[in-house]
Amino acid sequence: MTEGEVVLGLFVPAHPHPLLCPEKNPGWARLREAYEQARMIIEESEAELILVYSTLWTSIIGHQFQGLKEPEWVHVDHDFHYLGSMPYKFQIDTDFADELVISAKSRGLESRVVSYYGFPIDTGSVVALSLLNPDNRLPSGICSSNMYSNRAETIVLGKSANDAIKKSGKKVAVVVVSSLSNRMFTDKIEPHQEKIHSQKDDEWNRKILEFLGEGRLEDVSQLSREIHQQIRVQKVVAFKPMWWLAGVMGQHNNFAGKVHAYESVHGAGCAVVSLIPKLDDVGDKEYDEDDVETYRGDRNVLDTIITENENEDPHIQNEDLSEENLSEGEKFSSSRAPKPVGAYPHARRVGDLLYLSGVGPRQPKSNAIPGGPVKDSTGKKLNYNMKAQTIACIENVKTILEDSGSSMEDIVDITSFLIDMDRDFEDYNTIYAEYFNEIQPTRTTLEISALPTAIAVEMKVIAKLNK
Amino acid sequence: MGGGRIVAGLLAPHPPHLVYAENPPQNEPKAECGWESLRWGYERLRKQLENIDYDVIVILSPHWQTYVGTHFLGLENFKSLSVDPIFPNLFRYHYDLNIDVELAKMIHDEAESDGLSVRMMENPDFRVDYGTITSCHLTNPKWNKPIVSISSNRSVHYYSVEVMQEMMVKLGEATRKAIWKSGKKAVVISSNSLSHRHFVNESEVPEDMSKEHITNHSQYLWDMKIIDMMKKGKTKELIEMMPEFTEQTVAETDGGALTWMLSSLDYPTYPATIHEYGTIIGTGNAIATWDTNDEKRNIQGVSSK
Repeated sequence: MTEGEVVLGLFVPAHPHPLLCPEKNPGWARLREAYEQARMIIEESEAELILVYSTLWTSIIGHQFQGLKEPEWVHVDHDFHYLGSMPYKFQIDTDFADELVISAKSRGLESRVVSYYGFPIDTGSVVALSLLNPDNRLPSGICSSNMYSNRAETIVLGKSANDAIKKSGKKVAVVVVSSLSNRMFTDKIEPHQEKIHSQKDDEWNRKILEFLGEGRLEDVSQLSREIHQQIRVQKVVAFKPMWWLAGVMGQHNNFAGKVHAYESVHGAGCAVVSLIPKLDDVGDKEYDEDDVETYRGDRNVLDTIITENENEDPHIQNEDLSEENLSEGEKFSSSRAPKPVGAYPHARRVGDLLYLSGVGPRQPKSNAIPGGPVKDSTGKKLNYNMKAQTIACIENVKTILEDSGSSMEDIVDITSFLIDMDRDFEDYNTIYAEYFNEIQPTRTTLEISALPTAIAVEMKVIAKLNK
Repeated sequence: MGGGRIVAGLLAPHPPHLVYAENPPQNEPKAECGWESLRWGYERLRKQLENIDYDVIVILSPHWQTYVGTHFLGLENFKSLSVDPIFPNLFRYHYDLNIDVELAKMIHDEAESDGLSVRMMENPDFRVDYGTITSCHLTNPKWNKPIVSISSNRSVHYYSVEVMQEMMVKLGEATRKAIWKSGKKAVVISSNSLSHRHFVNESEVPEDMSKEHITNHSQYLWDMKIIDMMKKGKTKELIEMMPEFTEQTVAETDGGALTWMLSSLDYPTYPATIHEYGTIIGTGNAIATWDTNDEKRNIQGVSSK
């Protein structure tokens, strides 16, 4: 199957005015016309599916994806109910929704499909799909905007959507539904009184649209924190639609951008923008901010037991290795070892040597830390047993080596990382001697300020492969 | 007319988990058990209400969020299915509720004359928020009293907790005046939890009580501080502390319901009855009653004498 691709990105407003009463204000009518232009661009793009990310669908328990095949309701906005009702019946690609969840989970994101009759689809999604896909010509997907999700998590969510699009084999138009400045007038206004809430909001909106008109999506994405600070009501933690859009569209500035309309709705900045990927140049970026491929945030408040299947990372081979199937450069993970906390394998072969990623004391499946964690979820330091942590760490090294066709006796070099040399070196050294007194690999021990989880020790190991 | 009064003020949190765990016929999902101590607290509250004569429930829920003023349900009946957007697996509730439109309009008018931005909601397709439904169900599962449903004006997002406080104090005063003018006996409900820093993932069995606890110790300490003030009748001090409490615990009091309710009672100086405190997905929840028969001051619209 041919890999799917994003053929078009759209930024569209969420307010119901262009759908319900465009005739009441010339600006709302222009937004409606721009929506119509966007609909035609979707047609021209030959998109086979529309994927919507609406900032008005706020989720809390991870990321949610609409999974009911034909959601149908008569929607009424909480604020603008007096403008009328919005009956809808959409066609959801439920297989794609499942794929979105799989892709999100494989990148470490809590996610689920919601498939319930009567589930409240948000105003933004209803408006966008009603105007962009009025006859349900294309199936669609809708994903939520997690209230607490910040930059890393949102970008990873975008990347996971891109994974799902590639797997689907479809041409997809991705749509973010959001305002620019979202400060509305807090009192009633008449349609003829419509204007952007403040000059500052207007100036920022125009700057954002100047960037988008030049196709500079990644630059806008990297300005999102500043945008949130300057022109957004602080309802959620961040202005995130551009992070998601950049994540799903490849994090670059190489687009043909066009601003189809920019108007105010009850004071908020609303625009319709299209972004079509270009292949003829590389674009440029003002500056780069790092991001991650897999989300490993600290949001797991509940104790979780990781099952063997969940422990599998689809990007990593996960098989017992015998020498004959361990080829040059091959990477692998052991299901008997603790799950990696990033996008890396447990080990990788080069020549006759096996290079292990840093190994800590966490227990496979339960993630428990023998000897106790070094700190609690609030960062408060805890007392822990360094001997127990060191034993667990070395036992994990042993497991990975044995599963890879090597052994403790084949270790040639160890680099150990301790978070508190003064406190822990003696205990660590005592246990170390019990395991390695006979083997005598070379060793370097370093103190570092922190390790990725609440552990006190980690080891980096190089070993020979068994002949 | 005149002579109406608030006969009780309630703090009645609305986690859908409590309805889910009770398995009422209106709710589609079914549970084995869960959050019993809080549900027993609601039983005690209902027992207390049996001895209080009232005509109408007036409720403010943070899950009907409006950004352009405060809105009031303005049709006599709403009947539909409410699905919680966060916990659709727990709450899909078929409701059929009656509105006291006359009183709603009176509060609306009173608030408007006090300078607040208000609007009546008269679209028959409007779906009532799950916070209102949950608190009303747990307070009065027979649904044999009409309600007045008030939206949560999110001025807190536009301005600050302090501005929200000022507006809710005004709305509380308007509510009290309107109730007095109506001649009706009203129960006012603040539908919200206390500390609201909650878990962001859900256990496989939602009602698995081995997973339930307060999110962190500081949230618990704040909750206890607030409850202690309620028990000591220090509601004025509570209001003064509200901005800090709200910010420190990401409290649902940001929606203004508790400030509004205490303002409508003119800040009780007598102790609240605390029926229960417990956690739901890590949030702190107290169920409390202020029985205005305990009010010794002469307050029009509140005092029984």
